[in-house]
Amino acid sequence: MGTLASVLEQSGFATVALSSIRGQIETTSPPRALHCEFPLGRPLGKPNDPEFQRVVIEKAFSLLDEPAGPVLVDYPVQIEDDADQPLACVIPPADTSDRTPAAAEALGLLPAWRRTREKYGRSTVGKVISAEQVPDMLDLFKRIADGEGWKDVGLPGDPTRIGADIKNFYEEASISLIDAPPSARSAETWFVKETQAGKVLQAARINMKEDGAKFYFWYYLLPLTQHHEPETL
Amino acid sequence: MSDKQVRSMLSDLDGFVFDKVPWTTPKPLNESRVAIVTTAGLRIEGSADWDPGDQGFTIIPHDAEELTLAHFSPNFDRTGWVLDKNVVFPIDRLREMADEGIIGSLAETHVSFMGAQIDHTLETIRLDSGPAAAKALHADDVDLVLLTPI
Repeated sequence: MGTLASVLEQSGFATVALSSIRGQIETTSPPRALHCEFPLGRPLGKPNDPEFQRVVIEKAFSLLDEPAGPVLVDYPVQIEDDADQPLACVIPPADTSDRTPAAAEALGLLPAWRRTREKYGRSTVGKVISAEQVPDMLDLFKRIADGEGWKDVGLPGDPTRIGADIKNFYEEASISLIDAPPSARSAETWFVKETQAGKVLQAARINMKEDGAKFYFWYYLLPLTQHHEPETL
Repeated sequence: MSDKQVRSMLSDLDGFVFDKVPWTTPKPLNESRVAIVTTAGLRIEGSADWDPGDQGFTIIPHDAEELTLAHFSPNFDRTGWVLDKNVVFPIDRLREMADEGIIGSLAETHVSFMGAQIDHTLETIRLDSGPAAAKALHADDVDLVLLTPI
């Protein structure tokens, strides 16, 4: 992003960049940057906290007063993530006696996912599959986890994008099932460590890696924060 | 692994270094027309997908309502975005600052690229899509750009 800032500055705009990864902003050295130690995915810090966001922007714009650059300033407030603290989220039981545990679990989450979609008007599900297809996709990943080749089970597209749709579906459903909005990474950790679906994807990811799948396909199947290898499962 | 550890790990990536850091003298903030340029990989047409390595951009009109976070990487939190788009794309905050006269005006044209590019030299962005996005922002008389990562 620092490079993009310099391209725009060179084109005649004054630019101010918010930064999340300090080493990268040091390397690319844009004209003006405010580095914020906030979790990735939340560059303004806190969702639904207009005052907090506003102060970050005002601090960033204050760098315009500097007479020369490059200017790199650290924002004084840091926000920790909760990768080590999974959500406490109870999944409603669906009547799915003829389904695999992961598919049954996903069916139980579908109404909650729809409530989140309705309330916030946004979803990140839909790269390849719809929310309604999540249970069937989990059955396909279960077959990979059980040893079938990932190219042989009939996935309708790039497994990493289908994996993202599944993870995002779970995270978005959880928003409607817990009392307070999730902190960064807490829903992800819940999904990978505490749901049937997360365990299926983790096992499928490890099998794909050991089966010689291309790096891209197994590496991006789950966030790298959650690449637990067999001995730590 | 925590998000903080991920950020530390990603600190060592290569990046393109300009011979000289460019510099544009800013106009007074309360006279500046402000646009957001984000590298979050936003889409407006309902598509939730952005190909890895795609250094193109999407124009985001100021009144676009159906935005999708289409970035290819799973390595960041998406729940914040679902709860409040302003935590990534703070357009409501800038609108408030325009209404209060703190910034001159809010641009009609905003832009998204996608970060986490495999080509760390960003050749296409430097030579092609970056200047093309700049042209679109100039056409809207933008003075000041706030860049947000993801």
